[in-house]
Amino acid sequence: MDINDIRSLITVLGLVCFLAICAWAYSKHAKAGFDAAARLPFSDDDLPARGGRQDLEGKTNG
Amino acid sequence: MQSQATYNYKVVRQFAIMTVVWGIVGMLVGVIAAAQLVWPELNVHEFLHFGRLRPLHTNAVIFAFGGCALFATSYYVVQRTCHARLFAPGLAAFTFWGWQLVIVLAAITLPLGYTSSKEYAELEWPIDILIAIVWVSYAVVFFGTIAKRKVSHIYVANWFFGAFILTVALLHIVNSAAIPVSLTSMKSYSAYAGVQDAMVQWWYGHNAVGFFLTAGFLGMMYYFVPKQADRPVYSYRLSVVHFWALIFTYMWAGPHHLHYTALPDWTQSVGMIFSLILLAPSWGGMINGVLTLSGAWHKLRTDPILKFLITSLSFYGMSTFEGPMMSIKTVNALSHYTDWTVGHVHSGALGWVAMISIGSVYFLLPRLYGKTEMYSVKLINAHFWIATIGIVLYIASMWISGVMQGLMWRATNPDGTLTYSFVESVKASYPFWTIRFLGGALFLTGMFIMFYNMVKTIAGQKAYDAPVLTPAAAHA
Repeated sequence: MDINDIRSLITVLGLVCFLAICAWAYSKHAKAGFDAAARLPFSDDDLPARGGRQDLEGKTNG
Repeated sequence: MQSQATYNYKVVRQFAIMTVVWGIVGMLVGVIAAAQLVWPELNVHEFLHFGRLRPLHTNAVIFAFGGCALFATSYYVVQRTCHARLFAPGLAAFTFWGWQLVIVLAAITLPLGYTSSKEYAELEWPIDILIAIVWVSYAVVFFGTIAKRKVSHIYVANWFFGAFILTVALLHIVNSAAIPVSLTSMKSYSAYAGVQDAMVQWWYGHNAVGFFLTAGFLGMMYYFVPKQADRPVYSYRLSVVHFWALIFTYMWAGPHHLHYTALPDWTQSVGMIFSLILLAPSWGGMINGVLTLSGAWHKLRTDPILKFLITSLSFYGMSTFEGPMMSIKTVNALSHYTDWTVGHVHSGALGWVAMISIGSVYFLLPRLYGKTEMYSVKLINAHFWIATIGIVLYIASMWISGVMQGLMWRATNPDGTLTYSFVESVKASYPFWTIRFLGGALFLTGMFIMFYNMVKTIAGQKAYDAPVLTPAAAHA
């Protein structure tokens, strides 16, 4: 096998890999995980004067 | 017990403040260089000559201003979205002081004339080694924090920051490979020769744009736009596809910097095609960011931080449309080596990179000092409009002078001789260089307003470290 065959193979594998990622990202299977991940920046109030520690402890207890 | 642990905001504060300081320094050098083109008598000394100040300007705005903004935001975002304190705080402090040392060394050696002559990689080998050490430490701190996260998911912003950190390490180490003349000499020669050296340089150069100036700042976009709009990103699955599409295509686009050179023709064509493909993921990302605001458009009217963030995405869309067009060989034949390139770069650098950084720092500063907002929201608004007018003046003047230069250089008389001498195109460019100087000065003015607002926000305030979210709360 010529080194250029390997280069072509890597390119094709790269494309297949990318298409597989697209299929996975748009599958129903990934939806719930994505929704949870999208909420990550909002899991607590980061404004100290508005919420802060008291708010957090309230959440912990509840 | 755990509720008493706090996030490491100290290193974020340090980098956030230095973002503004280096922004002023880097842009001031840029304004001076712009003035030197209009008034050549300002080239007063060899240390302050245009040829020495220009690389100082690019290094300062990209690596000092942009770099500090990326360190600050990535350290903030990775902690808050992983619900974990920064890994290896000593190493994190080292990245701050090490990076400041790199910047100071650049500010000394570049005016002295020490340069490897590789664009955006001008620093000589001892500084390159220091950069590599600081960067590997950055990777350890960042990925260490991801490893100790208290949540199962790795938020998409961290994927972009992670890709930026890994890729810049790879790019820097490969492109900076050089043989010093001797251990006591600053001078070195590249490990590569001829067209390979050129290709390695622009593989580095374009991926510095793709990963330093794009992926890193997209990490900011995916955290700060949803936070400031107070709603989750428009489509998380689109963000996943956006990420992988950028990763798979950016690496191949570098050859478009070497159109019509000794680089083999097929390589130039590959670079052009991948640059055209890049339009799709770039616009996918832009649309994802802008549509995050759907249903909350009214916030744009009253919230100047959101104005900065959304306008930055508009400029991102503009420059990622312009870039692929300019990579087409026939367009490049007109645009290359003209001011059009300079205008394109600043549409990305001022419009996208600087505006999203400024918006993010305005978001961060109050939170790092226990306040809910900046000292003056009106001044943020003033900053926004002055900066926007500055950018428009800058890029519009460069487009006009760029196309004019390209047309003048290619114009021929019926007998085949050139219609214009080079110096005639220089003379015709003066009015546009003056407008560019004004645009740059306006943008710099905005940074001074930001500095004042920052000092007033911090003055009399104690540094604040937010408590780490407890695992129980994380699942609430």
